[in-house]
Amino acid sequence: MLYIEYEQISGADKILKEVEGHDVEADYTVPNAIARQEHNHEMEFKLLLSKNFNGWNIAENTIATKNLTGGNPWEFGYAVGASRPLGLRASVERCNLCRENFIAGVEMYGGLGDRYSFGLHDTSHYLAPVVAWNLPSDWTLRLSPGFGLNDQSHRFLLRWGISREFSGFGATMARLLGGH
Amino acid sequence: MTHLTTTAATLLLASLLIPSASAGQRDQPTASNRDSVYAELAKAPKKAAARRNPLAKDPDAIAGGAKLFSQHCAECHGATAEGGKKGPSLRAPEVQQSTPGALFWLLTNGVVRKGMPVWSKLPDAQRWQLVTYIKSLGAGENPTNTESSAP
Repeated sequence: MLYIEYEQISGADKILKEVEGHDVEADYTVPNAIARQEHNHEMEFKLLLSKNFNGWNIAENTIATKNLTGGNPWEFGYAVGASRPLGLRASVERCNLCRENFIAGVEMYGGLGDRYSFGLHDTSHYLAPVVAWNLPSDWTLRLSPGFGLNDQSHRFLLRWGISREFSGFGATMARLLGGH
Repeated sequence: MTHLTTTAATLLLASLLIPSASAGQRDQPTASNRDSVYAELAKAPKKAAARRNPLAKDPDAIAGGAKLFSQHCAECHGATAEGGKKGPSLRAPEVQQSTPGALFWLLTNGVVRKGMPVWSKLPDAQRWQLVTYIKSLGAGENPTNTESSAP
């Protein structure tokens, strides 16, 4: 899957959705009063690859980001992960806390520098256990504490998310766009 | 904040589309759409169609499959798989006479252009549970396990 995102952000937006380029802990020490004056228009491209194997899901994201302001170079990042439901078979009973509704895994993500200095130099990297809880109502809760792996990393990150899957959304889009 | 605004706009667009989806789901599948979905079963590669259901004799597989069916399939195929909204009947001879392997293959790969999602995100064992449940229905018969099949 190819994923494209446009972001209009200020330098004071310190949510770390993904790590790319030379994102390091020191970037976050700039006071907000100064950082707020920086405005970025970013295009982000992700190649999402995923494979299910013996109950495991193996996923890899390659990230390329271009800040459209100020002639910044392309920046790159990665994320790899493996996860597995705690139970592979559906239990007979209706339940929210069944083992098959919980997914556990581990993820590693970090920056790969930019077009002019591609590689691991001056980049940050994280290792993060992931726990997800799929509710029968199609909602998913996700929690992932991340631990910095090198001196450039934050010591600890906490990522969390709530998502809901809408079945039939793709078919609806196809109909709206003239398909059937 | 601007980022949040962009995200909110995306969510708003999604929410506007959802009523359209619900409205579309009230339509019964057309005969041609139904038949073309059935025809996909015949396209299963021989090796896939010949796969045996490892849970065919598991006494809990039908009940587990019924629960999965009510969670993921009943919305389109009807509470007892009789067909409805936009999914065709799974009690039809075309489905019931298919091999378990062909059903598993269709569940795994979907028929996205006809509205049948890809279910490869479910572990193999759960897809086989679904196949076991669907095969237990039999053509035109009542479901073997009615307790869990109603949503």
